[in-house]
Amino acid sequence: MWIYEKKLEFPIKIKKTDPALAKVIISQFGGPDGELAASLRYISQRFAAVTPESKATLSDIGTEELAHLEMIGTMCRQLTADANIDEIKKAGFDAYYVDHGLGVYPASASGVPFTAAYLQSKGDPITDLYEDMAAEQKARSTYEYLMNLTDDPDVLEPLRFLREREIVHFQRFGEALQNVKAYMDSKRQFVIDKPDYMNGNKSKCMKCR
Amino acid sequence: MNKEQIMKRLAVLDFIAVDLQLYLDTHPEDMEAIDKYNSVIKEADMLRMKYEEIIGPLYSFRSSNNGDTFKWIDDPWPWQPSANFEINEEEN
Repeated sequence: MWIYEKKLEFPIKIKKTDPALAKVIISQFGGPDGELAASLRYISQRFAAVTPESKATLSDIGTEELAHLEMIGTMCRQLTADANIDEIKKAGFDAYYVDHGLGVYPASASGVPFTAAYLQSKGDPITDLYEDMAAEQKARSTYEYLMNLTDDPDVLEPLRFLREREIVHFQRFGEALQNVKAYMDSKRQFVIDKPDYMNGNKSKCMKCR
Repeated sequence: MNKEQIMKRLAVLDFIAVDLQLYLDTHPEDMEAIDKYNSVIKEADMLRMKYEEIIGPLYSFRSSNNGDTFKWIDDPWPWQPSANFEINEEEN
């Protein structure tokens, strides 16, 4: 199960209203390389994981991504909470405002609603981990583009923190991939059940064994 | 320790714990990291008790309730600015 902790992983206290910035940061909430897609990807894929290391890594990074989702939602909320209609219009936030008001809705910067098509859960632990490493790099790039779009230190600090986490996650997924590859390459003994005629006096019923 | 000092210190300790724990997922035999992890968890657990006593409950069904109303529902929630602190550049 999951336990919610009533505090942010990294503090966010934004003083300057800036709906134009919220409009692009929302992409890390519900966009193609956002935190919701990341969390859902890992907590779906973990069911097919084969080593203790990769099961733990997928569970724990999937969990941390939810904490990041909360941070992104917090940034969007604080950037818009005090916006007046003039500011909303001037920032080009009016299209979003018409559909969602000042609520936080999982969509990309261009307004496309969140879809599970952003992620895959392939049932192949190696395939999945390659996707995860690529996903972390895509999220890192997105954070860098967002950082190019603002000079507000109250926004830059949490963005910088989130970007660094993508790099750490990339590293951990790389190690998990090496671990799974070593497991796949290791020598294993396969034990096959005896056919019924070799079972002597035992029941011939397959379900009775 | 005042409220802000408690919030800051717990944020630091919890971050070290999260990062070390992810590292240990793929380095489960690193004893030096396990020792560090244990010492951080110990300090964070003690501070968490102080946090809950002075600031408020952190968990909806893991924290005991001090008072005659259910404190879990009280503002501020994490997305509200008053639940957060500013990062002081000199301390970085």
